[in-house]
Amino acid sequence: MHSFGYRANALLTFAITILALMCAIASVSDNFNSPSPTSQVQVLNINWFQKKPDGDDEVSLTLNISANLESLFTWNTKQVFVFLAAEYETPKNMLNQVSLWDGIIPSKEHAKFWIHTTNKYRFIDQGSNLRGKDFNLTLHWHVMPKTGKMFSDKIVMSGYRLPQLYR
Amino acid sequence: MDWQGQKLAEHLMQLMLVFFAVVAFITGYVLGSFQTMLLIYAAGVVLTSLITIPNWPFFNRNPINWLDSSEAEKHPKPQPAPISGPKKKVSKK
Repeated sequence: MHSFGYRANALLTFAITILALMCAIASVSDNFNSPSPTSQVQVLNINWFQKKPDGDDEVSLTLNISANLESLFTWNTKQVFVFLAAEYETPKNMLNQVSLWDGIIPSKEHAKFWIHTTNKYRFIDQGSNLRGKDFNLTLHWHVMPKTGKMFSDKIVMSGYRLPQLYR
Repeated sequence: MDWQGQKLAEHLMQLMLVFFAVVAFITGYVLGSFQTMLLIYAAGVVLTSLITIPNWPFFNRNPINWLDSSEAEKHPKPQPAPISGPKKKVSKK
């Protein structure tokens, strides 16, 4: 500690070490938050449902998505990425996931929302398996913290069914 | 900065940084604001820098007392010339 430069170096090194420690503890503190998010999705309309010329089924839906993700936000949360996926089983694959809608929630104030929308991304099956198919709509989310570990979870909403006939 | 001053500066630096870190973390956690934590800590680091980095007068209260020159003359430096010569030769052999 005998010179200006030596003291400045020691102080900065120690200060940044402590800052790293504070960030680590902030990340750990996220584990004390036990969120209880809710969501509901209504399929308001099947706009159209057809077999594309290449043989794959495609369906267009009008959805009403409402969710309350406020409890996901802690003081260490930067944003939450959320997407709605249609999940169903086909003879070939145990699990098919098709992302229908997504969004970025920048703050807790925007975390309680509802949106009336057609599917943002095309709902196309790999093949022709969608007629009369039962499917789940699953709301997935990824919590992006300011520092530390990312969290992700989902809510599965079941009991949706596509019509038997193309329209 | 004298010896006591250096010790004081180091202790002050460590104590103040830890203190500000604890205050900043608790305040940030209670208010739920990460930004508040960073701002308080940044302010603490700046304040600590201003107090412990420059060579303030209060770090120089215990000046090092050198022997005055008359005292030094009574205890002359040992002269290396006659003794060390042969010794070096011995050690080389």
